[in-house]
Amino acid sequence: MSHNVYFEDISVGDELPEWSRKTDFMSWNRYAAVNDEFVYIHMDDEAGRAALNEQGAFGMGNLRYAYIVNALQDWIGDEAQIREIGCQFRAINQKNDVLTVVGTVTEKVVEDGESLVRLDVDVVNQAGDKTCPGHAIVAVATR
Amino acid sequence: MATEHDQETLVSAAMMERKGVWRPGKVSPPITDSDIRRWAIAVHWPEEPPAIFWDAEYAAETRWGTIIAPPDFNPFAWPVTSPRAAKPKSGSSEGAKDRSSKGRRGMNGGQVDTYGVPMRAGEVISARNRLRDWDERETRLGQTLFTYTETEWRNQDDELVKRRVSTGIRY
Repeated sequence: MSHNVYFEDISVGDELPEWSRKTDFMSWNRYAAVNDEFVYIHMDDEAGRAALNEQGAFGMGNLRYAYIVNALQDWIGDEAQIREIGCQFRAINQKNDVLTVVGTVTEKVVEDGESLVRLDVDVVNQAGDKTCPGHAIVAVATR
Repeated sequence: MATEHDQETLVSAAMMERKGVWRPGKVSPPITDSDIRRWAIAVHWPEEPPAIFWDAEYAAETRWGTIIAPPDFNPFAWPVTSPRAAKPKSGSSEGAKDRSSKGRRGMNGGQVDTYGVPMRAGEVISARNRLRDWDERETRLGQTLFTYTETEWRNQDDELVKRRVSTGIRY
């Protein structure tokens, strides 16, 4: 999947293919292991409740960020590059949430020889809550 | 001790001194293929990660020529020398602090990351950071201070890998 999409074929309003994962301690612990992110609120229900999340431990914002990266990279392909991602962590990732990365193309521009596509992105849960609104810019291939 | 200055602003004298001044940060250990493979497996779990992150033969046929790391890969994970004691983090029941006074409460206001060249096995990444700027204003939370911290990662050839501008919120 070197290049999955080409600049000429992308239009403003196009939607990013949805990318989903169900998250629980299996995914959180694996992420903690590689990122050395062993924080009580992500591991222990008592600590999660002390942090005012009634349901207990909750997921890392960094993992949701990684899901945005994955969705973008899967869309554009291995040889295209993500140039920018900005986001805010607005809602909590509860255990067993199904998180889906969504995005919409908002702008296309050629800058310094790169064909750039700007998107609004978010990570929504199974209830449709927007947990991580933001934007991304990717540099894609031309035909 | 609180001063008149403290009552009017959440901006401290220390912040004024640090504003715009780059501070050297960490230097990563050399990145390995296994670091990259494990990261890719974790963030793609339970699906198989893309071959560019673990299959050297496949990667050799791409424009990169080698395995590359996902953009969000953290080469600074698992430091030996940083304080690793089981210090309760904020939010844990043991770590409860008095957050009732002004400016003691905080939250993560998000981040913007700009990416340069990808990271590869064998590379060593150096970080530096600075308090870039701030913005103080009244919000629904009351007097609120937004601080913008910039972190820059460069590889051993001084190529920009990543620039992050993080927003911290205190109120």
